[in-house]
Order: sequence, then C-alpha cells, then structure tokens
Amino acid sequence: MSTFINGLLRLRRGPWEMVASILIALGVVMLMQPFAIILYSWSFLITLIGTVMFIIVSHFPE
Amino acid sequence: MIDTSIDKAAKATPVGLARRIRGLSDRTIAWIFVAPTIFLLLAVNIFPLIWTIRLSFTDFRVNRPNRVVEWVGLRNYERILSDPDIWATMQATAHFLIWTIVLQVLIGFALAFLINKKFKGNDLWTTIIVFPMTLSPAVVGNFWTFLYQPQIGLFNYAVTFFTGADPASFSMIGDVHLAPWAIVIADTWMWTPFVMLICLAGLRSIPDSIYEAAECDRASKWRQFWTITVPMVLPFLMLAVLFRGIENFKMFDLVVQLTGGGPGNTTTLTSIDLKREAFEKWRTGYSSAYAVILFVTVFGLASIYVKALNKVKER
Repeated sequence: MSTFINGLLRLRRGPWEMVASILIALGVVMLMQPFAIILYSWSFLITLIGTVMFIIVSHFPE
Repeated sequence: MIDTSIDKAAKATPVGLARRIRGLSDRTIAWIFVAPTIFLLLAVNIFPLIWTIRLSFTDFRVNRPNRVVEWVGLRNYERILSDPDIWATMQATAHFLIWTIVLQVLIGFALAFLINKKFKGNDLWTTIIVFPMTLSPAVVGNFWTFLYQPQIGLFNYAVTFFTGADPASFSMIGDVHLAPWAIVIADTWMWTPFVMLICLAGLRSIPDSIYEAAECDRASKWRQFWTITVPMVLPFLMLAVLFRGIENFKMFDLVVQLTGGGPGNTTTLTSIDLKREAFEKWRTGYSSAYAVILFVTVFGLASIYVKALNKVKER
C-alpha cells in the first residue's frame, strides 16, 4: 500500500494508471447498472475524468 | 550499358526539378510520403470527431440548415444523462454485450479446442463452423427472423423437442423477456467462429515441446490445460474479447433486421437509439452529445483493456 501511495506522490505511471483504470471501470458500471439513475447521471463525468487521466498519466515515467 | 526504367525516368526529369529533388533530405522525403496518409486521417477521423464535439454543445438540426444555431452548453448532456429511456437503452446494450461475449468466448474456445485435435474431416468441419461469419448481418437477421417464427420456425420446434412446450406458445421476437435473448443467440451463432479462429491461432502457437515436458513431469491433462493451454491462449482470447466488445457496443444491422429494436424498446441498443435521434428525429446536436458519451465510454474501456492485454503478453 505504501509503495502505491509513494508511486502516486512521485507521479509514477503504474499507480496513476491504476487509479485512472478504476475510474473508467467505475464510470462504465455506473452507466450500465440498473439500480439508481443518479449513478447513471454521474457516470459520464467519472468515465471522462478517468479517460483523460489515463491519456495524461500514460506519459508519466515508469 | 542498357538503361533501366529508373535511369530513363531520371533522364526524363527536367534539370531544375532534378536539382531540387536531389536537395531534399531523407526526413523531408519521408514526410512527403507520409503526408497524404496524415491528411486523410485528419480529414476522415479527427476532423469529424472535433466537429461532433462542437455540435454537441449546440441545438443544431441538420434538416434545418438555415435555422440560427444556438449554443446550449451542457444542456444536451444533462438531458441525455437524466433520460430514463436512454438509461434503459444502456442496460439493454450491457445485457447484449455481456452475454454475447461470455457465450462466444466459452463456445468459441471449446470449438477451437476440439478442432485443434487431429481427426478425419478436420478441415471440412472448420469450414462449416466458419460459414456463419462469412454471411452478411442483414442475411443472418433475415433468416433468424424465420427461424424464430412461432408457427413455422425451426427454433421453436427445437425448443419443443427438448422441453415439450407448444411451439406456438412463445415468440422469441415478440416477447419482451425473450427478445433480448433472441438477439444474443443470433449474434453468438454468427460471431462464435471468429472467436474460435483467434483461439485456434493461439492453440496452434503453443509448441508441442511444452506439453512433452509436462508429460515427462507426469502432469495430468487437466493440469496441462490450466497451466499451459489457458495462460498461453489468454492474450489471443483477450484480443477476441476486445474486438467483439467494441463491435457489439456499436451493433446495429443484425438487431435492426431481427427485431427493429422491439418489442417496445427492449432490444433498442445505443447505436439504434442514436441513429433514431440523428436521422429520424433530426436532433443533430443532441445526438452528437450522445455519440460523444458512447465514444468516451468505448475509448476508456479500450484503453484499460489494451493495458491489461500488454500486461498479459509481458508475462
């Protein structure tokens, strides 16, 4: 866990890509889940943040 | 000495032009060759994407070109993301996407595993299995419509054979609970061979020596399957899931031909809904916002999937 947080603080690619991937996956699940429309309403924003973050952090050093 | 065609072309080039060409660096020549492709890519892919994003913030209607276009900000996105009908469409797409991928991967891998065994008529069976993939989706949709007919359809009679139910007592296309499964079955029938072919390529890339070494170590067939076959086919399988996932997310023709999005909206997938908004209701700005939402979703999913694929390949 501390390695992960250190990676985040030192702007390393691995942990940041992990955060971006989780956001994208969360956004897609929220978009297609059948339980609450409020989750659906916020899904696009979460996916968009995750996708933009993924594009940016994929240029971070390993 | 006989002049080659290159020598002839060089001699035919005017002196001034030849001098100019000789002065170009390798880098410039490379750019000259690449430039048409880059220009085409920008014109065909990037420009429409940027234009769609721009339109998504307006109330533009393509059937009323002379109307004043208003900048509506995020209103189109707000309306889409609070619409229960579009939410239902997303759920229908998720149902279609998940079940087609699960079934196609399981059946495709099983078929590849069987076809990979050496037996008489192997090539013939491969050809027969691959046949549905070669058909047009419109044709597949059309004849599955006949297969699903309650009165004359073979599918209903096959179900009757196994369950004893009256063939006219259920309609795969007309029933709101069965119609989502009808499109899943038709798509699985058509595209399982594609997954099978990719898995077959993966299976055939595994060297026999690995299995021979495992035999020497007295590994059981079951253990060989889980520790050799599955890990080595996994990158191929993931590639098949990526292709099918993206394709099925934008599935249109087969479903339109089979159910037309009905009954009600139970089989209206996002691409069908998007087409209705864009080219039946002519709400171009609104449908552009819809398209942007779908694009970001597919792009995001594909990004994390490619990352996972690269990790599996590195192992």
